[in-house]
Amino acid sequence: MSTLTTNYLVPTGREEAWRFTPLNRLAGLLDSTVALTSTNSLVAKSLPAGVSSKLVAALDLAPMATTLDAATIRVREAVTEVLVLDIAKDSEVSEPIHLNRVTIDGQAQASRLLVNVGTNAKAVLIIENQGNAVIAEDIEYVLAPGSSLKVIVLQEWDAKTVHLGSHHAIIDRDASFTSLIVTVGGSVVRLLPTVEYRGPGSSAELFGLYFATDGQHLEHRMHVDHNVPNAKSRVNYKGALSGDKARSVWIGDVHIRAEAEGTDTYELNRNLLLSDGARADSVPNLEIETGEIVGAGHASTTGRFDDEQLFYLSSRGIPAQIARRLVIRGFFSEIIGKIGSQEIEERLMNRIDDQLAKVGA
Amino acid sequence: MSTLEIKNLQVSVATEKGFTEILRGVDLTIKSGETHAIMGPNGSGKSTLAYSIAGHPKYTITGGSVTLDGADVLAMTVDERAKAGLFLAMQYPVEVPGVSVTNFLRTAATAIRGEAPKLRTWVGEVKEAMASLNMDAEFAERNVNEGFSGGEKKRHEILQLELLKPKIAILDETDSGLDVDALRIVSEGVNRVKANSDLGVMLITHYTRILRYIKPDFVHVFAAGRIVEEGGPELADKLEDKGYAEYTTA
Ligand SMILES: Nc1ncnc2c1ncn2[C@@H]1O[C@H](COP(=O)(O)OP(=O)(O)OP(=O)(O)O)[C@@H](O)[C@H]1O
Ligand SMILES: [Mg+2]
Repeated sequence: MSTLTTNYLVPTGREEAWRFTPLNRLAGLLDSTVALTSTNSLVAKSLPAGVSSKLVAALDLAPMATTLDAATIRVREAVTEVLVLDIAKDSEVSEPIHLNRVTIDGQAQASRLLVNVGTNAKAVLIIENQGNAVIAEDIEYVLAPGSSLKVIVLQEWDAKTVHLGSHHAIIDRDASFTSLIVTVGGSVVRLLPTVEYRGPGSSAELFGLYFATDGQHLEHRMHVDHNVPNAKSRVNYKGALSGDKARSVWIGDVHIRAEAEGTDTYELNRNLLLSDGARADSVPNLEIETGEIVGAGHASTTGRFDDEQLFYLSSRGIPAQIARRLVIRGFFSEIIGKIGSQEIEERLMNRIDDQLAKVGA
Repeated sequence: MSTLEIKNLQVSVATEKGFTEILRGVDLTIKSGETHAIMGPNGSGKSTLAYSIAGHPKYTITGGSVTLDGADVLAMTVDERAKAGLFLAMQYPVEVPGVSVTNFLRTAATAIRGEAPKLRTWVGEVKEAMASLNMDAEFAERNVNEGFSGGEKKRHEILQLELLKPKIAILDETDSGLDVDALRIVSEGVNRVKANSDLGVMLITHYTRILRYIKPDFVHVFAAGRIVEEGGPELADKLEDKGYAEYTTA
């Protein structure tokens, strides 16, 4: 591909998809004059039975879905090798599969991951992102009929990280996909969890949690394409923001096409503003082309602490600061509790507590 | 021996039309071991009195004083008041999503006692208190008041009373919404705390029913933001008979 194509696609900030993003803080990820390191940066310590991995030359592995996202297009141009995880058909993988990101400080990186979940296979995948990085990634999950995949993606980045990512799931008949994205670090993080279906009876659950403090920009844009009949989707993202210029963006696009009769969808985004100077944008967007559906709904709320809750806790002797921590932990518990690892859950809550302490909340 | 002393307490709330005066000079002294019933018509300011003592931010104190053993309660933060020995069982207990009862109780007990209760004895203590209030053990794992029935919320308030062992407790319509068995169970809970700790009680109620279980030493009639009559237990029977007409038409 020529660099011309890329140049043409570089966003100006006027595009709907980029209008919230601070383009001047992307550290060259969309700048074609900055080279991206393209070797694989995801490593598995050990793989449980039923799971295998290989590196495939990018030229030999076309992406499963097309994209219009400038960052993803750039990744696809830059990456030379793709990490491919195969989960063998019929295997019930007993332990979670762990992938850890290896970052190269000061170097812009591109990464492609493809996860194939075989027919009737069942697995949990945990991807952990830590440290300082400048990274654009393209992840594709392909779920064969009857399979089930739960992916937990943790962004526990250090303060300088810039991270653009596309997480696309293709879900076949009777398969169920659960994604849980936790973003509690980084300078700019912009993730695109997107879903398309391949057969009826399929379901997608997109859960997320973000916590932004001083100057952080954390953006999550879902797109669920109900392009088959009788599929289900649930979206639930919860965010808290504290500190000056803490910023979050949540976009929930759900498209129910004319052929998607029997669709059942609900999306929810709740934001808790813990201080002045923080801003949460929340844009649910439901486009419905057929009336023959089971249900379609959305809700979005952005609010401050509930004084009655804080009063109740304080009236039992609990100091205001601890009361606020309890309420925030309570607010997130619905999402965090889905991780299913006490160790990770505690680590995340402690990190949120620490960040709260730093901004004096 | 503790004394809660309320003197000429005046309280307003901020409304769209400005400040509205609700308490117009309340005088009341409650000592350890005493039970004071407060009865009065809807909207007369009973909950306002309870919340003002507990320190709810909605209410503005415009005059008077509240002291506990001489210490200025009104100068304390909400949590300091609880640590000083005040407890408010609320008329409408608040739901706190995502915070389990276990976690809440332990955090509260840690704050009030000044140190985390020993896990081994604590678990037993909670279990026993729940059992004596006929609360299913599964409530411990549920979120604070979330989805609790009216009666379950009230039992949960008295559970906290038993565990936090205050000096003075204000029970705001703890009897409302309780079935006959629950009323007895909850009353026994209050009496247990009284027997074990010489608790002083301000019992806000509309009904004499609960007073058959929790015997008041004094009954106060509350109307239009102040106490308008005081007497012994017989006053409650008179109120039940005649209502508040003679206090509200003046
Ligand atoms: N935030 C508020 N804004 C306006 N009025 C208020 C507010 N809070 C309380 N009030 C008013 O103050 C008055 C006293 O209320 P309070 O709840 O103390 O009454 P109460 O005696 O406890 O009544 P009940 O027996 O119904 O529980 C009522 O008229 C009520 O409407
Ligand atoms: Mg009341």
